Amino acid sequence: MNSILEIANLGVTFSTESGDVPAVRGVSLRVEPGETLALVGESGSGKSTVALAALGLLPGNARASGGVSVGGTDVVGAGEAELSRLRGRTASMVFQEPATALDPLTRIGKQIAEVVRNHQDVSRQEAAAEAVALLRRVGIPEPERRASAFPFQLSGGQRQRVVIAMAIANSPGLLVADEPTTALDVTVQAEILDLLRALAADSGTGVLLVTHNMGVVADFADRVAVMLEGEIVETGAVEDVLLRPTHEYTRRLLAAVPRLAVTGSGSGSAVSGEAEGAPVVELRDVSVQFGRGPRAVRALEGVSLTVRAGETVGLVGESGSGKSTAARVALGLVAPESGGVSLFGANLRRTRGRARRALLAGVGVVLQDPVASLDARMSVAECVAEPLRVHRRGMGAVERRERVAEVLELVRLPRELARRGPRELSGGQRQRVSLARALVLEPRLLVADEPTSALDVSVQRTVLEVITELQAELGFACLFVSHDLAVVQRFAGRVVVMRGGRVEEQGPTMSTLLHPETEYTRRLIAAVPVPDPVLQRERRERRLALGTGAGA
Amino acid sequence: MSVQSASRWGLVAQFPAPLIARFARNKLAVAGITVVVLFFLFCFVGPLLYSTDQIHTDLTQVNLRPSGAHWLGTDAVGHDELGRLMYGGKVSLLVGLAAGVLATVIGTLWGSIAGYAGGWVDAVMMRVVDAGIAIPALFILLVVSAITTPGVPGLIVILGVVSWLVPSRLVRAETLTLKSRDYVLTLRAIGGSHSRAITRHILPNSVSTIVVAATFQVADAILLVAYVSYLGLGVQPPSTDWGGMLSAGLTAAYSGRWWLIVPPGLAIILVVCAFNAIGDGLRDAFDVRGRG
Repeated sequence: MNSILEIANLGVTFSTESGDVPAVRGVSLRVEPGETLALVGESGSGKSTVALAALGLLPGNARASGGVSVGGTDVVGAGEAELSRLRGRTASMVFQEPATALDPLTRIGKQIAEVVRNHQDVSRQEAAAEAVALLRRVGIPEPERRASAFPFQLSGGQRQRVVIAMAIANSPGLLVADEPTTALDVTVQAEILDLLRALAADSGTGVLLVTHNMGVVADFADRVAVMLEGEIVETGAVEDVLLRPTHEYTRRLLAAVPRLAVTGSGSGSAVSGEAEGAPVVELRDVSVQFGRGPRAVRALEGVSLTVRAGETVGLVGESGSGKSTAARVALGLVAPESGGVSLFGANLRRTRGRARRALLAGVGVVLQDPVASLDARMSVAECVAEPLRVHRRGMGAVERRERVAEVLELVRLPRELARRGPRELSGGQRQRVSLARALVLEPRLLVADEPTSALDVSVQRTVLEVITELQAELGFACLFVSHDLAVVQRFAGRVVVMRGGRVEEQGPTMSTLLHPETEYTRRLIAAVPVPDPVLQRERRERRLALGTGAGA
Repeated sequence: MSVQSASRWGLVAQFPAPLIARFARNKLAVAGITVVVLFFLFCFVGPLLYSTDQIHTDLTQVNLRPSGAHWLGTDAVGHDELGRLMYGGKVSLLVGLAAGVLATVIGTLWGSIAGYAGGWVDAVMMRVVDAGIAIPALFILLVVSAITTPGVPGLIVILGVVSWLVPSRLVRAETLTLKSRDYVLTLRAIGGSHSRAITRHILPNSVSTIVVAATFQVADAILLVAYVSYLGLGVQPPSTDWGGMLSAGLTAAYSGRWWLIVPPGLAIILVVCAFNAIGDGLRDAFDVRGRG
């Protein structure tokens, strides 16, 4: 049997303003028909570059060496015409972001038909009929009607299904999927992975799956190649690599992946759920509406939640569930339409001026985006010192500099970093600077909105460890917003599950996540892929048996 | 200390070495800077080396061709034309620069307040801008000049007041995106004031937009001064500016006295083009770095 993709000793170098940067060195791999090879690694490891090189899609400033052969055609030396014949027919690609992979102004049926007609000599009607058949195959309900829909009329998961329909339109032998489910919610991710798995099995397509998510690897891949700094450090069957890793780096990577405990009483760091402390922040029956009139959107409806002194409450839910809005209400950034918000026992909606400022001095905030969280025009010291300038106006420059250095060391950053600009720091360092800024006033409440979602797992682990340690030391309460159930399970004592602007369920983390009371939470947990291929296969079968993975 | 306070205001961080290097690579922009610097030297240092009487008329020396004594000849009332080019250039450059800066300052304040406040405040403030843009600036200038006879400070104020509208729109758009940045939200969440958010985060981060807008404003203002003076409504004799010189020389042009019309015309074109080139260069230099 011939490999559908064969990469031998691939090297890719980017020429940039500051000289040549090697991105990939000596990478060799092969994908057999019907097999899925997962290429895993952290950001900057070169995994996406390999995927692009496989289809000859490298940007203009890249130089490739070595051999890439797709279905017997050499890609590295091929001209543009030859590549065009290859792409979409012999091999095709599914990108991460379905919103930008589709033309927003063309009906989806037409977009799929166009791909069909690019490579097959068929009439317009035949292509349109084929498009409908493809939509049915990727599980879009009412495909005849949906074919005339525009991309914006579909949900994110449905859009990704359309992208996949376009990718499989000409029954390619090779499918390159670059983080195909990273932009999607877990329940949707599970459905898309089911779909890709079924398609690959049906038509004997080889899949090169690029991902950072070990759970996705365990769920989908047959073999795994682990990349580090442009090189493959370990290759093998998925069971071997994920359960018995041989390379030091793979071991480290796997150890850093937060695992969702799915059985037993659970041992994690999370303590018992019942905290007795006084409420630090309390939302009572809060409703929030954005906009007015018929186009108004209800973001929250009757949400009540409490965070007590010293405890960590995890706020989980899928996108659009209202979890970030709830956190913003707790901070007073969003005014509720009805309901009460009390912060440290005072009514946040009634308190104004000096009293409000004093109240907010007890709050620290860390937001998701490590780039947007820090003002790039300020030095690290100025970023961290900002809360001091707001709340401790009498503080002298020397004292302030000393305090900044102290907090930087608290979050395990060297004090020399104070003089640098945020641009010079890595994502993990930036999030720790954000954390230092949040803690500089010794707050009683830390609100963290997806603080580690944009980070690699190993970096995520360090940041979470720092937060946990400091919480034990300083005793602040924490409202932790996340979409990642595994992280929340490890980190929070109590959990609040949100869905469509309402609280679906809440309780002590371990009991809620192990024995959920509502159908939705059960489904949410069942959809999380765990980085253990054997266990994941069982979970998948159980999930499919429940019939919860079907439908769009 | 001065370095520290400069960096506090974002000035040092604002013009880092790579930015200057990128700007320097743009040949047209460097040429623009050179032209502007040369013209400033010509107008402000030139009179010290080439001294002429620009106050008193000398009817014995009218309409002379360019010669060794008068390099660019003399005008209809006996002023040395080269000296007059320096003398008028002082007014043109000063008024243009000051009016451009004034317009940018007004526009920046107006736009940042409107963008940051949002809601009905924004709606009202931007409708005012729309209304202003609907009336041609030249029309307003002519009406005002017909009512009063402005001196140099008056001219600066009038020009500044009629041309702040475009920068205010630019700054408002920039403010709208900056105010929802995470670092502004974080500041608001811990109780930081609105004025702090505007002065410490939003304005420093819009400096690139503002600087580029200011450069184009200066070019526009120099042109506007020339219009107004050409129509005889600018600074009054014996003072003059390049537009006024053009106006005075217009009749002479038909009788072949080109030296009264070509030098001020060229000076206006060169300076306006130079400022535009600088603006383009700055915009490109800022853009490469991207926003963030």
